[in-house]
Amino acid sequence: MNPVLDYTLWLCFAVLSVAIFLALWRLFKGPTLPDRVVALELIASMTVGLIGLYAIRTGRDAFIDVAMVLALTAFLAAIGFARYLEKGSHRDDH
Amino acid sequence: MKPRRFNMRSLILNTGSSLLLPLLVLFSLFLLLRGHDEPGGGFIGGLVAAAAVALKLFAEDYKAARDMLRVHPLQLVGIGLVLAAVASLPPLFVGESFFTAQWWSLDLPIFGELKLSTPLLFDIGVFLGVIGTVLTVVFTLAEAEHS
Repeated sequence: MNPVLDYTLWLCFAVLSVAIFLALWRLFKGPTLPDRVVALELIASMTVGLIGLYAIRTGRDAFIDVAMVLALTAFLAAIGFARYLEKGSHRDDH
Repeated sequence: MKPRRFNMRSLILNTGSSLLLPLLVLFSLFLLLRGHDEPGGGFIGGLVAAAAVALKLFAEDYKAARDMLRVHPLQLVGIGLVLAAVASLPPLFVGESFFTAQWWSLDLPIFGELKLSTPLLFDIGVFLGVIGTVLTVVFTLAEAEHS
C-alpha cells in the first residue's frame, strides 16, 4: 500500500476514535434527551466512516454494503427518535 | 413546552422516501440473491426490506404502509416458514439425507445458465420470515400509537 495512504488512514482512524469517545461523553452527560439522540446519531455516522476506512484498508468491497445497511438503520432510528421527541409533551429528563 | 398536535408529514421525507423506496427493495433483493458465496443472505435482506416498509410508515402513515405490503405480516411469516420447510424435502426423493443441498441448472434462452438450489429456497423463506417478524413488531407499535 502507498505509504501516504497508509499514514492518512491511520490518522483518520485515530481522529474518528477520539471523536467517538467525545460523542460518548456527550451521550453520558446529556443534559437533555435531544442532546443524547444527536450524540447517538453522531456515533452511528462515525461508525459508518470507520467501516468505510476499513473497507479502503482491507480492499474488500463487502464492507461498503455493511456501511450502507448501518447508515440506513441509523437514518430510520433518527426518524423514529424524532417522532418520539415530537410526540412527547413535557418531560423531566434532566 | 405545550403539547402540540402530532404532525410528521415532512415534504423532504416524503420526496426522499419515494426516491429511496425502490432502491431499498432492489438492494434487499440483491443482498438476498448474493448471499450464497458472499456476505448477505435472507436475514439481512429481510431486514433491509422491512426497513423500506418502516420508512414508508414514517414518511406517510400506517395505512399507506399496510397498503404497500398488502398482506398481514404474519401471513408472510407463515409463507416463509412453509418455504423453508419445503426446502428440506427434495433430497429425500433422490435418496440423500434430510436438508442436503440440491442444485438444478436451467438453460434460459437469453440469460444463459440459471442455477437454482434448495439453499436459495430456504433463504427466500428466511427473507419472508424476517420481513414478517420485524413488520409485526413495527405495526403493533404503530397501532398502539394510534389508539
